[in-house]
Amino acid sequence: MHQGDISGSKTWVHRLPAGIKLGGTLLLVCATAVLPREPHLAYLVPAALVLVLWAASRMSLRFAFKRLLVAELFILGIALLSLLAPEARPVVFSALMKSNLCVAFMLVLVWSTPFHQILMTLRGMRMPSIMVTTIALLYRYLPVLGEESRRMQRALASRTFRKGKRFQWRMLSVIAGQLFIRSANRAERIYMAMCARGWK
Amino acid sequence: MQIAIAQRAGWRKRALSFGFFHGANPIATLRTACSSGYSAEHRARDVSLDVVMHLPDGFLDVRTAALSATAAVAGVSYAVRQTRALEPKRVPMLGLAAAFVFAAQMLNFPIAGGTSGHMIGGVLTAVLLGPAAAVVVMTCVLVVQCLMFADGGLLALGANTFNMAVATTCGGYLVFRGVVRLMPGDRRRATVFAAAFAGWCGTVLGAICCAGQLALSGTVPWLLVFPAMANIHMLIGVGEGLATGLIVAVVLRSRPDLVWEGQCESSRQRGLQVYAWLLALGMAVFVAPFACPWPDGLEHVAERLGFANRAAGPVVQTQLADYQVPFIGSPLLATAIAGVIGTVAAFFAAWVLARILVPALGSASKNAPGGH
Repeated sequence: MHQGDISGSKTWVHRLPAGIKLGGTLLLVCATAVLPREPHLAYLVPAALVLVLWAASRMSLRFAFKRLLVAELFILGIALLSLLAPEARPVVFSALMKSNLCVAFMLVLVWSTPFHQILMTLRGMRMPSIMVTTIALLYRYLPVLGEESRRMQRALASRTFRKGKRFQWRMLSVIAGQLFIRSANRAERIYMAMCARGWK
Repeated sequence: MQIAIAQRAGWRKRALSFGFFHGANPIATLRTACSSGYSAEHRARDVSLDVVMHLPDGFLDVRTAALSATAAVAGVSYAVRQTRALEPKRVPMLGLAAAFVFAAQMLNFPIAGGTSGHMIGGVLTAVLLGPAAAVVVMTCVLVVQCLMFADGGLLALGANTFNMAVATTCGGYLVFRGVVRLMPGDRRRATVFAAAFAGWCGTVLGAICCAGQLALSGTVPWLLVFPAMANIHMLIGVGEGLATGLIVAVVLRSRPDLVWEGQCESSRQRGLQVYAWLLALGMAVFVAPFACPWPDGLEHVAERLGFANRAAGPVVQTQLADYQVPFIGSPLLATAIAGVIGTVAAFFAAWVLARILVPALGSASKNAPGGH
């Protein structure tokens, strides 16, 4: 979704080099992580930054809230745990603030940076070539394998009428196993295609 | 039904339409790929159980994050060094396996009460491809989840990598190798059994490391977070182990050569001990500081050595008294007992699963009890 959106509206946040954005996000996340645990005025600084960046990159609310919700679950777990230990209560506040701020920084990064730029940056940072290749292939073939798995699930649903948990577990693992076999076959074909095009 | 499935499906139809892979430079295709491709929105949709172990930012302090990142970098760079010995033929396999893990994580296995969970897949990858390849694959999956979907934190990436790509994967694989070696008889059955048991063990190991990191950063006290994480993941691990065993059985049934190839690859690699040492080191850093003041043991030793009236005893006791969980008494002791019972139960459950999934080959003598 985010990758479709950036083609339409580019802001100055989108146009920043990916390396700077990646480093900046890491810096901001680290800075947020070292803030004190108690409610403190210093929290206003990252909060203001988040709002500025959010507005500047025109991140859609729907995109952001969906991701924030996932982090909320984790905080809920921590909050439940700290009900058992009274001293841990201030930690709930800091965890709530810190994790939401950090996730918001990450979301701005993800929203405003196409993944291939990040990958180029990682390659520039001398990430091992096997990992760059693996990530590039993962990124390329993820939609393909997802489509394949969906096709198998649809075929299964249209041919079978039983609906039981045990049955579903077996069928899902058959789909996953077949998916692995197909991706192994595909890897062989890709290897041949790569060799044919002069890879190494 | 089909409409419902098609609507739930998160992929854009356009994804299929772009061209064939340009072998020479994989990144060249990415520019075309990035306009369609997989959307972050759909990843966010399946709020699932592994959220419990997949740390977002804001829970770890910088010191713990740096420590675990160091451990993760050590493990991953060792694995990368080992993959240099890989045949070039298997290089694209890593990328496809990473895509497979990602796609397999989108299959939601139903659990009781309308909830569903998906697998982590680390142990499965290690069984199918060998540990070094599995570490690389899982790290790549985590990096993409972090930088493309903001799933899991950037500062916490090192911790997540250590937990899920090193501890879960390598720890599970060490268990797998040990159990396979112990099991006589049918090799296929031994593989399924060991994979299922290792899937359970790996999940619990990763969760314990995660609990240690949370406690070391002072987010939640160890006496709370350890029992919670360990007990929850002993349940989640049942699903992971079951799925791992089932999938390995499926692959064994139709393409056994793939499994044996992966295992040959990994048995040729030396240096499994390096992962074991790294795991032990990680456990020592994250877990040992908290496991040391073992209440009963320390008191016992103190009494025997005759300094029970000194400071050590009372300090431990007051610490414990604050975190008494109702009905259970000492949470650490209860968790330890649950852990022992759980391990034994998982061992036998995995054995039963393997008996069901892999019927004996021909002769009745292989059916005789005592196979484990």
